[in-house]
Amino acid sequence: MPTTKDEAWRYADADFLANANLDALSHWRTLEVPAGETRSEFMYKDSGLESAGATDRLRVHVRKGGRFEGFYIIAGGRYQRVEVEVTLEEGAHFEFGGVTIGGGDKVQEFVTRTIHAEPNATSNQVVRAVQWGRSTGNFLGRIEVVKDAQKTDAGQNFRAILLEKGASANTKPELEIFADDVLCAHGAAIGQLDEAAAYYMAARGIPPQIARKLQVQAFIGDAFVAIEDEATRDRMMEQALEQLNEAVL
Amino acid sequence: MLKIENLSAEIDGKQILKGLSLEVAAGEIHAIMGPNGAGKSTLSNVLGGKPGYEVTGGSVQFMGQDLLDLEPHERAAAGLFLGFQYPVEIPGVSNVQFLREALNAQRKVRGEEALSGGEFLKLAKEQAGLLKMDMEMLKRQVNVGFSGGEKKRAEMVQMGILDPKFAVLDETDSGLDIDALRIVGEGINSIMRSADKGVLLITHYQRLLDVVKPDKVSVLADGRIVQTGGPELAMRLENEGYDLVMADA
Repeated sequence: MPTTKDEAWRYADADFLANANLDALSHWRTLEVPAGETRSEFMYKDSGLESAGATDRLRVHVRKGGRFEGFYIIAGGRYQRVEVEVTLEEGAHFEFGGVTIGGGDKVQEFVTRTIHAEPNATSNQVVRAVQWGRSTGNFLGRIEVVKDAQKTDAGQNFRAILLEKGASANTKPELEIFADDVLCAHGAAIGQLDEAAAYYMAARGIPPQIARKLQVQAFIGDAFVAIEDEATRDRMMEQALEQLNEAVL
Repeated sequence: MLKIENLSAEIDGKQILKGLSLEVAAGEIHAIMGPNGAGKSTLSNVLGGKPGYEVTGGSVQFMGQDLLDLEPHERAAAGLFLGFQYPVEIPGVSNVQFLREALNAQRKVRGEEALSGGEFLKLAKEQAGLLKMDMEMLKRQVNVGFSGGEKKRAEMVQMGILDPKFAVLDETDSGLDIDALRIVGEGINSIMRSADKGVLLITHYQRLLDVVKPDKVSVLADGRIVQTGGPELAMRLENEGYDLVMADA
């Protein structure tokens, strides 16, 4: 049984782990992307406030020149985790966009493990967290570049906005690189909504609630930029922003 | 339209406005000039309701309402427009979306129907044309990547679209070259020069007043209005400097 002493579970909800069903916790969905093909996944995770928690673990293998893209919103209750492990063959690409959004005492997290197993593979991960109440948004992203996986290009970016004092966010990038001709970019920032922008919007007649929604929309939009289909992108944005209606700030 | 009586205000415990009184009637363009640090921007910020400023005395009546009793967005809906000395950038939000939200929020408060996307775009195109601004610029993010002059021009397009009753323009002329100054000045004339509108034009220099001819000019020094006169006062200030003119007062 994993505990918060395990690296990949360090920010998980301890109560949930103590009472979780081991079979459910150990279950992995698997997906193989054939050479040169693309597979996409768009998910909205809301286990409901009553739920003790839920985990979704996915293991993907992308064959030569293939592409896997996964876009996720975690809006769920108590504890919700989306974990993706991707192995990339030569020239394959992994695109990941994730948004955690919630209040109360929710713990919401993305955990990724990206294995650049062969040369010329690329990966790009963008995670945005919007938290209020006493909730927590986490992103643990591990990138492994094996020996000889030259010309790897891996990018990871995490930003969090805390709408209230008491909310928190954690991130911990882990890079394990055994090739020498590699680009790995990582960025992280945790902050509040921009007050100057809020005042500017108010000065034009936009009430605080709509101003906040516009700012959050702009913020989480980064995670869904890579979604090609506009209707899908709009739907994801709407689903995420609906959560804000719950936030009484 | 706007009646300021004995207004005192401070920021961070430092008193900036010290019993300022000023009245602007409908149909009037009233220029405020004054040396650096006199309180010109503070006046504009207090009228807009910027967080951080504390009004310690006096009153502001705006079209029969107690202005200081209104939230910033309510002041805008009541017909007050604030031209910013430093317009704020809002990444991820387009000018079109920003202004449509603003206009419709104001219309809602006034009990008017929201404009549809098409109706709004038609209005925006008209107003942008007036200020010689490309519609493509309006599709870009609010003030992001705009030059100083473009930001000021965009402010005037915003004013044209929102069509306020009263405008407080804080150093709208700063950062403008001669051509842009003329375009912005003519914009102010065409949007705000009207028997039922008023303007408080805060400026350092005479040059904007060559285009936007003020009906009255007041000198603000050390937190209060020390002198009020006609347009000739601005000429004297330009020629003789604040010290000489104020010594005469």
